[in-house]
Amino acid sequence: MTIEVKNLVKKFGSFAALDGVDLKVNDGELLALLGPSGSGKTTLLRIIAGLDWPDSGEVSFNGEDALAQGARERHVGFVFQHYALFRHMTVFENVAFGLRVQPRAIRKDEATIRARVKELLDLVQLDWLADRYPSQLSGGQRQRIALARALAIEPRILLLDEPFGALDAKVRKELRKWLRSLHHEIHVTSIFVTHDQEEALEVANRVVVMDKGRIEQIGSPGDVYDNPATAFVHGFIGESIVLPIEIGDGAIRLGDRQLNLAAEGLAPGASKLFVRRHDMLVGPPGSGAFEGAVQHVRNFGPVQRAEVALSGGETIEIDAPRDKELRAGDTIGLNPRRYRIFAG
Amino acid sequence: MAGGLVSAVAARRRTLPGFGLTMGLTLSWLSVIILIPLAGLFLKSFELSPEQFWNILSSRRTLNALRVSFGLAFAAACVNLVMGSIIVWALVRYRFPGRRIFDAIVDVPFALPTAVAGVALTALFAEKGWLGAPLAELGIKVAFTPIGIFVAMIFIGIPFVVRTVQPVLQDLDPEIEEAAGSLGASRWQTITRVILPSLAPALLTGLALAFARAVGEYGSVIFIAGNLPNISEIAPLLIVIRLSEFRYADATAIAVVMLVVSFVIIFAVNRLQRWAQSRIPAR
Repeated sequence: MTIEVKNLVKKFGSFAALDGVDLKVNDGELLALLGPSGSGKTTLLRIIAGLDWPDSGEVSFNGEDALAQGARERHVGFVFQHYALFRHMTVFENVAFGLRVQPRAIRKDEATIRARVKELLDLVQLDWLADRYPSQLSGGQRQRIALARALAIEPRILLLDEPFGALDAKVRKELRKWLRSLHHEIHVTSIFVTHDQEEALEVANRVVVMDKGRIEQIGSPGDVYDNPATAFVHGFIGESIVLPIEIGDGAIRLGDRQLNLAAEGLAPGASKLFVRRHDMLVGPPGSGAFEGAVQHVRNFGPVQRAEVALSGGETIEIDAPRDKELRAGDTIGLNPRRYRIFAG
Repeated sequence: MAGGLVSAVAARRRTLPGFGLTMGLTLSWLSVIILIPLAGLFLKSFELSPEQFWNILSSRRTLNALRVSFGLAFAAACVNLVMGSIIVWALVRYRFPGRRIFDAIVDVPFALPTAVAGVALTALFAEKGWLGAPLAELGIKVAFTPIGIFVAMIFIGIPFVVRTVQPVLQDLDPEIEEAAGSLGASRWQTITRVILPSLAPALLTGLALAFARAVGEYGSVIFIAGNLPNISEIAPLLIVIRLSEFRYADATAIAVVMLVVSFVIIFAVNRLQRWAQSRIPAR
């Protein structure tokens, strides 16, 4: 099932939750909608599910107009952040719900429903919880049951709204891996919403980065990390050093210091220079684009993190390999291996 | 209670002190306020021989009064259950101008002296009243008939259903309705399979409270009922009549029956409610 969204606009009062969104989702893809809260990602997901309606724009499934159908007709599985399980039903009945409410003409008989529910509970590895009530389960288990319930109707599309948002870090990591392998197994076109970049980059085939109701970039996880299309994406994904620079007369300046970086093809004016922490290479003084004095060095994990006061006045944090000798008080040269400049 | 006492002894140092004091106060207060008066009632009725007791109860007038009281109270409680649920739904789920005013109006039957309510309802439903006149043209007489009792009982019972169900519905996440819809449930299926079962314990409690209130109602009913023996005479009124005739034992006999029947009904509803609650374990 492919999904196509064209020029979608949705306003809540004067606030534009979606401000002209175009998106194409390929068949069988696992897509992440990534953005800060208020970026419109959940609104987009709810409109695709039929739980919300746009002010204007189009949504089509396989070329068919989806907005002409209600949530009930769309055959979309939706997993809520807070699970939305039916608390007066057992786990088994929760999963069976979608099968039991089918119109009588196509409703399966009881034995088929039981077999199907059993199969789904096996799929989410929780068949031993069939007779429990949702209140007796842990958060991770509830979310897996919610997923099994959504899959029971054999949805054409699976939508997940911050599926791991309410879980603790360890369970979240486990479920990420599990979701990816589950998708590999069932291959239904899936979209999940998250504000956690690590989650999006680790799980999805493609990532859609959103901000303020607009799509900033669509690309593979590697793509959005290595080649951010906008300043927002560079700042939002991965940790970046951001330096305010001035471009003019064929040179780049940071404060009153001219940087030894090529300025060809850049529009003159105030701009921002983005560098990943680990892309700032340390060299002897006078060797690089920047000069600075090391303030602190903290050793942990695979890298050492140094706080460096640049001679232009800014203080930045860089990640250097552990074998590089750095001490507080050293004067060093810094050269960005890769960097991006965005106007503004 | 026994379990509480045992565990209190077993765990001498509990984190929540004051068990002995509060338990003692609870028991003595409940005894003074509720248990001793009720025991007195039973004792008084023992002044009658079983045969006399039976004769009082099986008299036509007593039986009719009990039938009117319990029958109409139950019917009124059922009407309140349905209408109260709809009112709760509108108050909780929609935002409309004047919502808070309507919400406050629900409490009026709580606060209004029942005699005032009775007088107002009688004036309204009398043959020349605002509602009584058009109804009389249709051939329906409300005031001074059992229908009048029914109307008064609905009036005083409605806040019990609304106020019991309201917090539970407020607590019910609208997401579960969206979940049901996206799983293919129709609106009707969502209501009957998801919403009502979740509200069932609260609905039953509301029903029981409205019923109990209607059975015990006196003030508003006697104004509108007409109080014709065997037709529109409620049991509490019959008790008052017997008292004014100095037939105290007769009065207590009827009272004891009302007490026992009420208790049995409340107990049954309680069990039902327990059963419904057991299907929704505490979070």
